[in-house]
Amino acid sequence: MAKRIDVSGLSAYYGNHRAIEDISMTVEPRSVTAFIGPSGCGKSTFLRTLNRMHEVTPGGRVEGKVMLDDENLYGPGVDPVAVRRTVGMVFQRPNPFPTMSIYDNVAAGLRLNGTARRKSELDGIVEKSLKGANLWNEVKDRLNKPGAGLSGGQQQRLCIARAIAVEPQVLLMDEPCSALDPISTLAIEDLIGQLKERFTIVIVTHNMQQAARVSDRTAFFNLAGVGQPGRLIEIDETQRIFSNPSVQATEDYISGRFG
Amino acid sequence: MGHEMSETLTQDALPASSLSPLAHRRIPRWAPAGIAVAAIALGCGVGAAAGLASHLQWGLISLLLFVGLTYGITAGVEGRRQARDRVATSLVWACFVVAVVPLYSLLQTTISKGVKVLDGNFLTHSMGGVITTQPGGGVYHAVIGTLEQVGLASLIAVPVGLLTAIYLVEYGRGKLAKVVTFFVDVMTGVPSIVAGLFILAFWIIILGFGYSGFAGALALAILMMPVVVRSTEEMLKLVPNELREASLALGVPKWRTILKVVLPTSIGGILTGVMLAVARIAGETAPVLLLVFGNQLINNNPFSGAQSSLPYYVYEQYTNGNDASFDRAWAAALVLIAFVMILNLVARGIARWKAPKTGR
Ligand SMILES: Nc1ncnc2c1ncn2[C@@H]1O[C@H](COP(=O)(O)OP(=O)(O)OP(=O)(O)O)[C@@H](O)[C@H]1O
Ligand SMILES: [Mg+2]
Repeated sequence: MAKRIDVSGLSAYYGNHRAIEDISMTVEPRSVTAFIGPSGCGKSTFLRTLNRMHEVTPGGRVEGKVMLDDENLYGPGVDPVAVRRTVGMVFQRPNPFPTMSIYDNVAAGLRLNGTARRKSELDGIVEKSLKGANLWNEVKDRLNKPGAGLSGGQQQRLCIARAIAVEPQVLLMDEPCSALDPISTLAIEDLIGQLKERFTIVIVTHNMQQAARVSDRTAFFNLAGVGQPGRLIEIDETQRIFSNPSVQATEDYISGRFG
Repeated sequence: MGHEMSETLTQDALPASSLSPLAHRRIPRWAPAGIAVAAIALGCGVGAAAGLASHLQWGLISLLLFVGLTYGITAGVEGRRQARDRVATSLVWACFVVAVVPLYSLLQTTISKGVKVLDGNFLTHSMGGVITTQPGGGVYHAVIGTLEQVGLASLIAVPVGLLTAIYLVEYGRGKLAKVVTFFVDVMTGVPSIVAGLFILAFWIIILGFGYSGFAGALALAILMMPVVVRSTEEMLKLVPNELREASLALGVPKWRTILKVVLPTSIGGILTGVMLAVARIAGETAPVLLLVFGNQLINNNPFSGAQSSLPYYVYEQYTNGNDASFDRAWAAALVLIAFVMILNLVARGIARWKAPKTGR
């Protein structure tokens, strides 16, 4: 199921503005990779190039290669829609569909894709996804209530359930806990620990402790200066990054000496 | 010395009563209503004394007195900042009253004059065989005409308008979108008589078709389309981008995202806009005058032959210039208002029913 991501020489633009420059890295399958770095250094932009969501923004453009196992996501003839089915995404702010019930939100990916299924099969997938997102017990009695009526933390787990219901190979998470309380954050961190057995996970976070707790590898991004594009400074085992990074800037950032 | 200074200062800063520094004297809650009553009484008194015949003038004097009195009294009791706040509030209320009075009087006049001949007979009969100076006859043929013309116009304008709005919001980039927006803006400003003349020249004179409800519907569609585009555009823009991205990130194609996520989220507002556009064209007279021609008899076929319509019927009866016709004109006007009101209520109902749900 899970796949390896191999990025080489990737740059992303907003119109003429180059937001990230020449990024190369490997994301191991069945592991959690954390992206850290100061605000505006291009973590979200880079994350969104990994499932071709970057080009959804007007003027968004990408150069370089992203290999998913042995297929180039930016190769000729590759359908971005198919890419996004393989590489799922969870956003910073919980965004359940307001017109849909909890059940319909989880089933949305399958239903909207037009992959018609029998009701019993769909029921099974919804239950499995909600259990996978640690939300089943809280909502099993009100699956037909609107998804927007849940708390923020529950909504975020609903969005995770919605993302894993389509069985992607890779799950991208952009600051999934930044709007949540410590308990919901813990619930989602536990969840990430479980999900990595099935998926390749990439998570953007501003919380050093979180990166240290959940990730196997950590990538540090930085800006060369104001108006300059963001770059990958280093990527390594999380333990090494936090104890003995090979670049001074990483150590400065982690110990809070700048940014 | 310094100690004494600070003590006097603090005492001055405190209000005269023994309230805390954050509280201050307030006028009682009934005061605004009291001031309003006093202002109206005074306004009427002044008006009567000055011998002003028009009650409108009495009302305006009362309004001015109301705003002035509010300011004076609150400034005296509560201070100037509060007074300004209250003046703003009372101005808003005054404007509300000014806006509602004509509406109310219009409704009241139409209802009181319209109910005279409005009955089952009036709604189910045409003007066939009725001598215009005699009572009798009805609006059935005009209701049929309005329903068919407005229905046909909606059938043309709503799909085109919706698709245009979707193009502009979801796909439109660059030159073409700008050109389309420009033309929609221009079309918004087209007077209804011009739309009517355009169809007259194009459909009836050049292409040689006769007068018909459909010709009128074409002109009405021209008037309706920009309204639908504009209101739909605004509603689509209100849909948060996050929802589109959430759907796209699930691997849903863009067209399905629009169909299944964007449109359902905004359908309430879109329908309200469409209903308002329908209400707008339901009252158009000029294109009907030019293109549908008017008819005393029932013509169920909108594609051939002259028809009538409610606004045209009102105009026609009014120009007859006798009491029986005046009564019929008022009754038809009431039917038209009721038609538009029902449409609005339906739109509101649908909007509420379809609105995104947040309850638990
Ligand atoms: N839609 C956009 N249009 C134009 N420029 C953008 C857009 N989104 C981001 N940028 C620019 O791209 C650069 C990288 O932004 P990005 O959102 O990727 O940063 P980030 O590392 O995720 O920051 P944060 O930690 O605050 O989320 C910034 O300079 C930003 O101004
Ligand atoms: Mg970001």
